[in-house]
Amino acid sequence: PPPRVREGPCGSTSPPDKGGRGPAARPPPPAGTMEIVYVYVKKRSEFGRQCNFSDRPAETNVDIQPDPSQARNFIERDPIDAAIQCASDMSEHEVNTERFEMENEGVNHLEGGWPKDVNPLEMEQTIRFRKKVEKDENYVNTIIQLGSLMEHCIKQNNAINIYEEYFDDEETADIADEPPSAKTINVFRDPNVIKRTATHLSWHPDGSKKLAVAYSSLEFQRSSKDMSYESYIWDLENPNRPDLVLRPSSTLVSLEYNPKDSHILVGGCYNGQIAYWDTRKGGQPVELSTVEFSHRDPVYGMIWLQSKTGTDCFSASTDGQVLWWDIRKLTEPTETLVMDISRKGVLENALGAIALEFEPTMPTKFMVGTEQGVVITCNRKAKTPAEKIVGTYSGHHGPIYALARNPFFPKNFLTVGDWTARIWSEDSKESSIMWTKYHMAYLTDGCWSTIRPVVFFTTKMDGTLDVWDFLFKQNNPSLSVKVCDEPLFSLRLQDNGRFIGCGSKLGTVTLLEVSSGLCTLQRNEKNVATAMFERETKREKILEARHREMRLKERTKAEGKEEDVKVETEEETPEELLARVQKEFFEIIEAEIRRKERAAKLSRAQVAQRPGLPKGWGVAL
Amino acid sequence: MAEVEETLKRIQAHKGVIGTIVVNAEGIPIRTTLDNSTTVQYAGLLHQLTMKARSTVRDIDPQNDLTFLRIRSKKHEIMVAPGNL
Repeated sequence: PPPRVREGPCGSTSPPDKGGRGPAARPPPPAGTMEIVYVYVKKRSEFGRQCNFSDRPAETNVDIQPDPSQARNFIERDPIDAAIQCASDMSEHEVNTERFEMENEGVNHLEGGWPKDVNPLEMEQTIRFRKKVEKDENYVNTIIQLGSLMEHCIKQNNAINIYEEYFDDEETADIADEPPSAKTINVFRDPNVIKRTATHLSWHPDGSKKLAVAYSSLEFQRSSKDMSYESYIWDLENPNRPDLVLRPSSTLVSLEYNPKDSHILVGGCYNGQIAYWDTRKGGQPVELSTVEFSHRDPVYGMIWLQSKTGTDCFSASTDGQVLWWDIRKLTEPTETLVMDISRKGVLENALGAIALEFEPTMPTKFMVGTEQGVVITCNRKAKTPAEKIVGTYSGHHGPIYALARNPFFPKNFLTVGDWTARIWSEDSKESSIMWTKYHMAYLTDGCWSTIRPVVFFTTKMDGTLDVWDFLFKQNNPSLSVKVCDEPLFSLRLQDNGRFIGCGSKLGTVTLLEVSSGLCTLQRNEKNVATAMFERETKREKILEARHREMRLKERTKAEGKEEDVKVETEEETPEELLARVQKEFFEIIEAEIRRKERAAKLSRAQVAQRPGLPKGWGVAL
Repeated sequence: MAEVEETLKRIQAHKGVIGTIVVNAEGIPIRTTLDNSTTVQYAGLLHQLTMKARSTVRDIDPQNDLTFLRIRSKKHEIMVAPGNL
């Protein structure tokens, strides 16, 4: 039974009223509850008065007496284990010290230790000194003794290699159990006060110990006067200070190491010029292209070509041109190509180029991703400029920010733009063969893994890096890592497939390492991947064929008078197009009026549902 | 004198031996089969390292002494036989 409480003045009974103050009468609380509530009433005129303190003798409010009968509910315990320790109390604290800036410097060791009378630079004196030492008896004994010791160890080394790897071939059994993960290794921040976006990253070709990052501000007219134009080459060991500072005349939008010569870098500037650097010569560009012959817009894409001299590169910009350069002579480009898909070379109709793609194994072909969402494949060796543009692939709603061929299946390539990433096959021009779902944020960059043919990486505007394993899961990325809070703009995978650098809007480049499951080739992966790509390509081809059939059927059914199937309108000028559209419009109207007379209801339904109209129709019938 | 020559030649002739340097107590290279700049670099660096290694061994146990020092790296192995000085 619950202990009984002697209810004092805070209970249910109320003392008589004392001039307006005092607990109001309240109904008694329900049995079994213990309310300790004090209600009082105060006159409005008395609000805000200063406190008047007075002494009052102590009052017992609650008095719970011990109830010996309760003891019967408990059992006495004897003996009791109590732990005590006679030691001083310790508490753990953590303190983060200020970042300690370290710098590695080399010391040049000059010859030393020579006695005062010998000048180390004088050959004669040193030789004489040496001869003198060699004549010493102690020297002879020591050498003989040490010689035998040394020989013993050398023979040991030659007899057996004690550090030999015995079980090299046995790989670690199953890595499949480990969930994919990515670890941040290092973070490189833009040392300037005004932060710029890291727009392009390029790894050093030998050994990838250095990372070149191009910084610029891509927001329209947002660059202030104080914004520095510098771009940096970082050494992975030293995130505090850049290894080399590159000083162009305008901020760099793209930057690439020459894969053949690791000292040469070429960069595309915000103002359209191309510059190249030699790291042995310092931070100033060795040569800059002339403004008149360069691009008119920021140079978004820059790739080195395979050539005998190793000095050829080509660049693309949103002004609609692709220019080829030889860095030995940057005064004018060696070749130009206008991205006009009507194949007339008219600059006004050209599509702005953003992403470039070039595979050294197919040196005559290259691809350009444009601002309008179209990928253009081009053939460099075509004789006329019109033939240079081979085909187009459209399917993105917005600019294509990244374009990459699969290193294992060169016929398939990845495009990243708007809210999706799409995989295409060169054979199916109508649409992509595989695509990711529409995300909540824009996708800004992407690349294939160099080790596994089905893995690719994408970055998004919400600061996440997604790793997709298309064989395993197609509806969601296998791994989604939130790298930082600001948008990520660029991404570059190191050649070993393990390290990724991501550049963000505030110029922070984060270096991540992916777990081994994502960068080791699984058994049978190539065959399964081949099967997957072929299957999807076949599916697209079948769909394409069906679409074509349907369109053909509709056309022959509806417009019985049209003789031939005209090629899509993109090759006509606007005036011709308008005339043709008008003519067709009137023809159709007349045909319908005639059909109406024949079978009224059926023709109206047909007209309303005609999906196979040639492009260029903006009229709803 | 001839024995010294013979010893050094024998050491150099073994399989896998890239070069031999003889350094005196002050760190001056007396005999070498490598080029000058490399010799100077090795002599200076290894001399200091050997002294440090010897003092370490001695600090731990004064009765002990360093007999041999091998530095195994990815590319080579440097073997140092310290004299009694």
